[in-house]
Amino acid sequence: MRVKLQHVAHARSGDKGDTANIVVVAYAPELYPFLKEQLTAERLKTFYQGVITGEVERYPIDGLAVMNFVAHGALGGGVSRSLCLDNYGKALSAAILGFELEIPDALRSHLRGMA
Amino acid sequence: MARVIRIGSGSAWWGDRVEPAALNAERGDLDYLCFETMAEATVSAAQVRARRDPTFPGYDTYLDDRMKAVLPACLRRGTRIVSNQGWINPEGAAARIAHLLRDLGRRGVKVAAVGGSIITDRVLELTDTIMENGQPTATLAPTLISAEAYLGAEPIVEALKAGARIVVTGRVADPSIFMAPMMYEFGWDPLDHRRLGQGNGIGHLLECGAQVTGGYFSDPGFKDVPEPWNFGFPIAEVEEDGSAVITKVSGTGGAVDLMTVKEQLLYEVHDPGNYITPDVVVDFTTTRLEQVGPDRVRVANISGKPRTPTLKVSISCAEGFIGEDMFFYAGPGALRRAQLAKRILEERFKIVNLRAEEVRIDFLGMNAIHGGATPKDWPEPYEIAVRVAARTRTREEAIKVGREVDGMAVSGIAHTGKRVPHQDRTREIIGVWSALVPRDRIKPTITYLES
Repeated sequence: MRVKLQHVAHARSGDKGDTANIVVVAYAPELYPFLKEQLTAERLKTFYQGVITGEVERYPIDGLAVMNFVAHGALGGGVSRSLCLDNYGKALSAAILGFELEIPDALRSHLRGMA
Repeated sequence: MARVIRIGSGSAWWGDRVEPAALNAERGDLDYLCFETMAEATVSAAQVRARRDPTFPGYDTYLDDRMKAVLPACLRRGTRIVSNQGWINPEGAAARIAHLLRDLGRRGVKVAAVGGSIITDRVLELTDTIMENGQPTATLAPTLISAEAYLGAEPIVEALKAGARIVVTGRVADPSIFMAPMMYEFGWDPLDHRRLGQGNGIGHLLECGAQVTGGYFSDPGFKDVPEPWNFGFPIAEVEEDGSAVITKVSGTGGAVDLMTVKEQLLYEVHDPGNYITPDVVVDFTTTRLEQVGPDRVRVANISGKPRTPTLKVSISCAEGFIGEDMFFYAGPGALRRAQLAKRILEERFKIVNLRAEEVRIDFLGMNAIHGGATPKDWPEPYEIAVRVAARTRTREEAIKVGREVDGMAVSGIAHTGKRVPHQDRTREIIGVWSALVPRDRIKPTITYLES
């Protein structure tokens, strides 16, 4: 089944200069392999087109079912220089909740917020 | 049973709430209460303010609020305080705290001020290269406001050893504020990177306060926490090896669970295997988390590697101004009116010859937050704020932004909503750059006072 990432994982963003990090945490260890396979650094960068101007690095921690994405050039030149209303990029991580993934139907019970 | 020390958070930033700090002081059964109040640009903003306003004392503007809220309980319970509220004047902050202690009738309480982080006058001699762009630091000389090195936990530990009940600092790396009590209480060697890695990781989990107890977390229907209007700040019950249980005062809102801890574990971290701090290089990749009770998560096995021979320096520079303002549309056709308003502003900026490095006109409610990453097929909103911002070299140019938005009131288009009177629509940009300096060239200072 095709679902938005918000059913599969939760996320948080943080800032350092002009670099944002986006932590993506699987809701269940069973979901993590599908998240890791499909949400690559390249795909995340493409998804944030127009926002992330530099490279994206991905750091998976399999034992915690977590991936950390480091996005360079994502904060408009840096928190103090940014013309974006959300200059710290605190709301940046919310966009990735709309990324679509393919998850086996058998894992449906692990998904969150599926009405 | 193993010895445990209880370290609580009193704040995660300058603007943080005060009541959870008071609650931690009163009901947290704490050995230490630690305050983090500085953002990247705090020191430079304080320098700018001090230049303009000779009455500004140069420390946390909420110092009195925070200390008055926690001192009575901390003194009664024997809780020590470590805080970076000293900003650019830790000695002044210590003197003020001593004054507040005397107001409470408490004499003879030892207060320490840790300084020595500000190196504005010699930063250009100590470091050659800007980390972000590889340019020479000398290029920053004409616009330099301040430079400060991130100190580690050692001077705080020294002050605690000397008997200080309250330690107030200038710039210190955030996790170090929380780890210093562990080093002191358990006698950790400053080069014991195994314990310091674990301890610094716990400090990292505490430094953002409620962000590990349910703050910056709730998402209705997906991640709900109880009473998100009533968060407790975190408490770590730390053991001799640095492993700890993260928890909070019972009866508070929020949650401490694997989800809140995982989100905070990597918050503002880049490579999780190499989180560089002044005291140690932390490796989060080995972390083991276990829910050991309601709102209790045990954190163990965070690793550490030897500290680097350098310290990070933040260099702040005057980089011009931002002018910004917004106005509103609603109802059927809000978007088409907003689009015409945008066009009018673009033409007006040409007519008044706005000299800007960058101009941004967004439709708040539609694309102001996620910009180009906004889905193209999203339905048209009922209300839109047109938000315009420009970055300029001079304040005169930045002022033009608000003046052209003023023009939209009677010279604009139908159904334009606007907020009048408005606040100041320009602000100064303090750009922050980073560099590395040799560790041995930075000498922390410690001064002691008694109330």
